Amino acid sequence: MDQPLILLATIIMLLPLLGAITAGLFGHRIGRNATHCITVSLVAMAFVLSMYLVKVMLLDAHPAIEGTLYTWATAGSVQFDVALLLDRLSTVMLFVVLFISLAVHIYTIGYMADDPGYQRFFSYVSLFTFAMLVLVLANNFLLLFFGWEGVGLVSYLLIGFWFNKESANQGSLKAFLVNRVGDIGFLLAIAAVLMFFGTLNYHAVFTQVPQVVSRSLALFPNYDVPVIALICFLLFIGAMGKSAQVPLHVWLPESMEGPTPISALIHAATMVTAGIYMVARMSPLFEYAPAVLSMILVIGGTTAFFLGLVALVQFDIKRVIAYSTISQLGYMAVALGASAYDAAIFHLMTHAFFKALLFLSAGSVIIAMHHEQDMRKMGGLAVHLPVTYLTFVIGGLALSAIPPFSGFFSKDAIIDAVHLSTLPGAHYAYYCVLFGAFITPLYTFRALFLTFHTRSRVEAKLRGHIHESPWVILIPLVALAIPSVFMGQMLIGPMLFAQPSLLGDSVFVLPEHNVLAQMARSYVGASKMALDAGMHLTFWFAMAGIVMAWMFIAAHPQWTEVLKRRFHWVYALLVRKFGFDDFNHTVFVKGTVELGDVCYEVSDVKLIDGVCVNGSGQAIGWLARTVRYVQTGYLYHYALSMVIGVLVFLLWFIWG
Amino acid sequence: MTISLTEFLMLAAILFGLGMAGIIINRKNIIVLLMSIELILLAVNTNFVAFSYFLGNVVGQVFVFFVLTVAAAEAAIGLAILVVLYRRRGTIEVEQLDTLKG
Repeated sequence: MDQPLILLATIIMLLPLLGAITAGLFGHRIGRNATHCITVSLVAMAFVLSMYLVKVMLLDAHPAIEGTLYTWATAGSVQFDVALLLDRLSTVMLFVVLFISLAVHIYTIGYMADDPGYQRFFSYVSLFTFAMLVLVLANNFLLLFFGWEGVGLVSYLLIGFWFNKESANQGSLKAFLVNRVGDIGFLLAIAAVLMFFGTLNYHAVFTQVPQVVSRSLALFPNYDVPVIALICFLLFIGAMGKSAQVPLHVWLPESMEGPTPISALIHAATMVTAGIYMVARMSPLFEYAPAVLSMILVIGGTTAFFLGLVALVQFDIKRVIAYSTISQLGYMAVALGASAYDAAIFHLMTHAFFKALLFLSAGSVIIAMHHEQDMRKMGGLAVHLPVTYLTFVIGGLALSAIPPFSGFFSKDAIIDAVHLSTLPGAHYAYYCVLFGAFITPLYTFRALFLTFHTRSRVEAKLRGHIHESPWVILIPLVALAIPSVFMGQMLIGPMLFAQPSLLGDSVFVLPEHNVLAQMARSYVGASKMALDAGMHLTFWFAMAGIVMAWMFIAAHPQWTEVLKRRFHWVYALLVRKFGFDDFNHTVFVKGTVELGDVCYEVSDVKLIDGVCVNGSGQAIGWLARTVRYVQTGYLYHYALSMVIGVLVFLLWFIWG
Repeated sequence: MTISLTEFLMLAAILFGLGMAGIIINRKNIIVLLMSIELILLAVNTNFVAFSYFLGNVVGQVFVFFVLTVAAAEAAIGLAILVVLYRRRGTIEVEQLDTLKG
């Protein structure tokens, strides 16, 4: 606690918690207005303070600092501290999280205005911000895990926010359960770190890597696994759960049952990127596990391309954006796999802004449509919602990687980086992200055209009631639109190619993996890069995607039907989402139910009820029934038994 | 031929066995049961007298008087119960007196 900067970070971290407690415990006493005033101003305060940290850490290049708040527990030689690490990476994340959180807080005032759970919602959102800040600022695995579970918990609470809705309950449960699968990996990884490194502090772990790198563990008899690879593999399982990578992505589309501000904050901008952040944070470990990096490349590439395809057949506007989030998370994972950690964090940042923007715009549409989310019942909304339309277009262009919007720079960097990567699997991942660059604008602009252009398919009773959202909704949209346009251009140089880069020594790359250094040689500056976009395949892929979307949706909608009929099996495959849900349902859900049935029938009904409870009762009854035949009631029988008894005792006495 | 203790004891054992068999084998009526019990008591008395005579101790013979007294009282009470039982149940058949049956 000696350093004032750590104190400042602590205050930033605790401000949203204060807001959450106030809104949660006293929300109903102080009323709606006071609740949102308090929570919004606390988060705004935290945001302003974080700007100061940005200045100190990033602009003045202050070296990384650590500070222990208190020691939570001591077990033998291992000490569990609640301690913060403030370095370039955590500062960048701090800024992004608080920016989006503030925008969402303000947006919520408008979006949830009529909701009876207004105060509860603000309490959850502030609590989420606190948990996410803990996750980002932690300097050891345990505190990271605390934040990790904290955001998971709030995500569960918020997906099931409308707990009267059956689908919301199902969705929150699914998110919780799927995340637990990933968390098992994460927890095992932490245990392995504790076992082989003897500490959970990042810095202490990373400095010990050279000693541990040669150690291996006999996971199966006669099969040695390098310890580092095992730890990284398990860590990435955790990241897969949180960051929705195949096959643990199934919860993210369901999470759209929650209110839209949550989809923007948690399920697009911040929480789902926690896995990406974690891998980037652990880069000194992952660099020594090339096999795991290859796995990340393959999984990320698969996620980026194939889950993008699913977005093409969705009709719920939020689900389209949800699948696009999964796909973009795949891009970030690919960047991690190619050791371009800076590019991954760069894409994380730009994506946080434009995806939050897209979600909030979609939310604005949803309010205007009185909570109708089906795009088949929209169309022609551009006239009614001009600001929303404009921000959606900006978000869409940024997502589609059209220069000079921010997504162009980050996505192009990822595609170039993976092209240069020499790891096994990089080729596959390269083609995945390359074709993904065509799919992304296709589904984005399909949603855009279906919603804002084309003939109006709005239900009659809604016509005339559609009007632009209030200013509390529009201000966050505009506030997010600005960085979505300019951020990429501003940050690509300092973030990826400057020496030292914006993240500096927060991430670690081995010289033989350093694809960004190779790219830096041909880097010509952001504006030139945007102007030269026409010389790259990716730009034309993106343009082709937009044109295709326009042709199939806006110009010739009947072509879509023809295509649907011609490739009906592809269509069916996509509508079934490649059968992940069906598989999970058949194998895991039904399997569990059937296993439960078997256990119930065998162990409960037969063993416990049958043998133990009823069995002992029946045994006693049988014994009693048998023994009662001895009781004949005839005197001479009793006399006989007496005599026999006397004889037995006599014999016993004589010979015994 | 002199009669030794063994013969007395054999007689007593036979009497006792007969009484016992009377109790166990008898299925007909309770009077026979009472008679069998008397028989057992007599067997015991015979033993007392025999031992008293051969061991030269008079106490055994004195004891026989007590046993006989008790046996007479027992027979009296037993027969009285029998009469009451007959009045109540209308039978003294052993086979039918099985209210103790479990």
